[in-house]
Amino acid sequence: MGVRKALTGNHAISYAVKLVRPEVIAAYPITPQTSIVEKLSEMVESGELDSVMIRVESEHSALAACYGAALAGARAFTATSSQGLLYMHEVVHWVSRARIPMVMAIVSRTINTPWNIWPDHSDFMDQRDAGWVMAYAMDNQEALDLTIQAFKIGEDPEVYLPVMVGIEGFILGHTTMPVEIPDEELVREWLGPRRQPYVVDGGSPIGVGGLTMPEETEDIFYGIQESMESAKRVIERVDKEYGRLFGRSYGGLTQCYRCEDADYIAVAMGAWSGDLMEAVNALREQGYRAGVVRIRFYRPFPHEEIWRYAGRAKGVIVFDRSISFGGWGPIFTDLVTGLATYTDKLPALSNVVTGIAGVNITSEDFERIVKRFIETVEKGGKPVFFEWFKKR
Amino acid sequence: MSQQRPKPPIPYNMRDAFLPGDAACSGCPIPMGWKTVHAALGGKVIYVIPACCSSVVVGTYPGQSLNATIVHVPFAAAAAVASGIAEALEKRGITDVHVVAWAGDGGTADIGMATLSGAAERNNNMIYVMYDNEAYMNTGIQRSSSTPRGAWTTTTPVSGKAEQKKDVARIMIAHNIPYVATASIAYPHDFYSKLQRAKSIKGFKFIHLHAPCPVGWRFEPQYTVKMARLAVETGLWILYEYQNGKITLSGPSRPYMDPSKRKPVEEYVKMQGRFRNITPEALEEIKRSVELNWEWVKKFM
Repeated sequence: MGVRKALTGNHAISYAVKLVRPEVIAAYPITPQTSIVEKLSEMVESGELDSVMIRVESEHSALAACYGAALAGARAFTATSSQGLLYMHEVVHWVSRARIPMVMAIVSRTINTPWNIWPDHSDFMDQRDAGWVMAYAMDNQEALDLTIQAFKIGEDPEVYLPVMVGIEGFILGHTTMPVEIPDEELVREWLGPRRQPYVVDGGSPIGVGGLTMPEETEDIFYGIQESMESAKRVIERVDKEYGRLFGRSYGGLTQCYRCEDADYIAVAMGAWSGDLMEAVNALREQGYRAGVVRIRFYRPFPHEEIWRYAGRAKGVIVFDRSISFGGWGPIFTDLVTGLATYTDKLPALSNVVTGIAGVNITSEDFERIVKRFIETVEKGGKPVFFEWFKKR
Repeated sequence: MSQQRPKPPIPYNMRDAFLPGDAACSGCPIPMGWKTVHAALGGKVIYVIPACCSSVVVGTYPGQSLNATIVHVPFAAAAAVASGIAEALEKRGITDVHVVAWAGDGGTADIGMATLSGAAERNNNMIYVMYDNEAYMNTGIQRSSSTPRGAWTTTTPVSGKAEQKKDVARIMIAHNIPYVATASIAYPHDFYSKLQRAKSIKGFKFIHLHAPCPVGWRFEPQYTVKMARLAVETGLWILYEYQNGKITLSGPSRPYMDPSKRKPVEEYVKMQGRFRNITPEALEEIKRSVELNWEWVKKFM
């Protein structure tokens, strides 16, 4: 059995990493990620954790060092936020295209400029086309569980891709909650030895990432797309196994909250999904049959799962905490594309972009917005297709 | 320093290193360098190569013209990726494999400078070889911070580069790493023995390898070695090793401590099309930098 501790989201991730014991950790400090690696440094220096800590001079090098380590057969971990993630973005692509599994925690923070340390999802979403499996936690417990699962998922031969795990900075990152830390032996046994498609250790000459003709390059990219499909099965399997071994199962790529019998589905990702669930409880009391589908994995995108819940709904409202300027919220865009492949009779749809730059959105806000949406549809009106909900 | 120098094996087994089908230009110094690295370190080498001519010279997937493991990495990332590989190998108990970061002057002196400095400060276990062809040759001869004053490039097309050459070896000495050396493609025995020395030391080793590029410097491909030799004979390129706060002049450069033994800088300059329009002032500046460099080296001897 595990131990219960009161941990911040950042430290929950540090403890998950401690259980996994990656051979190499490299990171550069950036608010609000810093306390993850500070805790890990403490663990390494005290001898609790026998990982090598590479204290690099930039985020670009943090991910590059992890890439090198992972190529050479080591489990590797890094964490970053916002500008740091943007700075390493080049290497983000490099890792996935080399099909090298590793894990990176993203403690979300608004992208500059202006300077802003509060969270939205824009840094995380900025990575969506990079070929990483992308997970996002709702609370500190899930942050820990997802980080452990990320190693298992990425190293599965059906996947062989790097995985990033997101949490909102400060909201989860620096807020303390009770977290159960699983038994280390059990975690290690479940993960098993490191698996990767090839190893660069000087054994026999191999070339990685060299000049490749268009057709071969396309084959490599196509392979990533195919593996993303397989990843859906692997994610569900890993979630079930984890539930059996450690007592917590979340439901695969999405989590359904009162959505089985719902006429109206609200979709969200991250910590505020909890506030949305509260709002749905309040709406149910008022007689509205609403439910929440929470995105746990943004890549691969859970098209089938959302269709399963939303296909029979009268209306779907999507909350995005980032904006593709000049377009809509990225979750909404993906979701509508998915629904369109299943039906030509789409439910009423609405995209609410809000909480941008860390603006606080409460369960009352959610309740008001969802209620307005439901009432518009019930009256036969056309709901607002896209709205940037500002608090002032 | 009076350390015994290892005798280079003859032949070098160089043919084991470089395979047919490379994409180097005629007279390219890169394969020459690789052959020496291979002779000194054997096949157990992991090359970490950022964007540079070498990325192309190895040829296209699925083949490669270098008989060693190659990891191609983002432009600014060579020393960082090499750090990760080196640490992982050590953690896995693999001790007979050398990690060689192999980068041009762009990836070293410019875009990769912070990464290089970081890895040097951490003293990560690798041999970093900067092969210096004195411009961005892979993208078509644009100036780098390692381009000498007065040299024509496509981004200094009229009056040549106005600034002096950045001395990366000297910057690396300031990092207090265990080993810094300069080398030249024209003196493979010297380069070989420096690699041997580097191989025996744990930590960060930096070798600055002077590597003339016929295409970018505008000379006939058969003169690559001659050009590299002239750089040493004119005193422009000084071969030395730095260890424990002390510089040891290497054999080929020893005669040229005496200015009267040096060939005139003009002899080197006039053979290269890139200096065709050099101004008398820039030429004087180059000559002055030769004196200053020798003064600096002598201080540490």
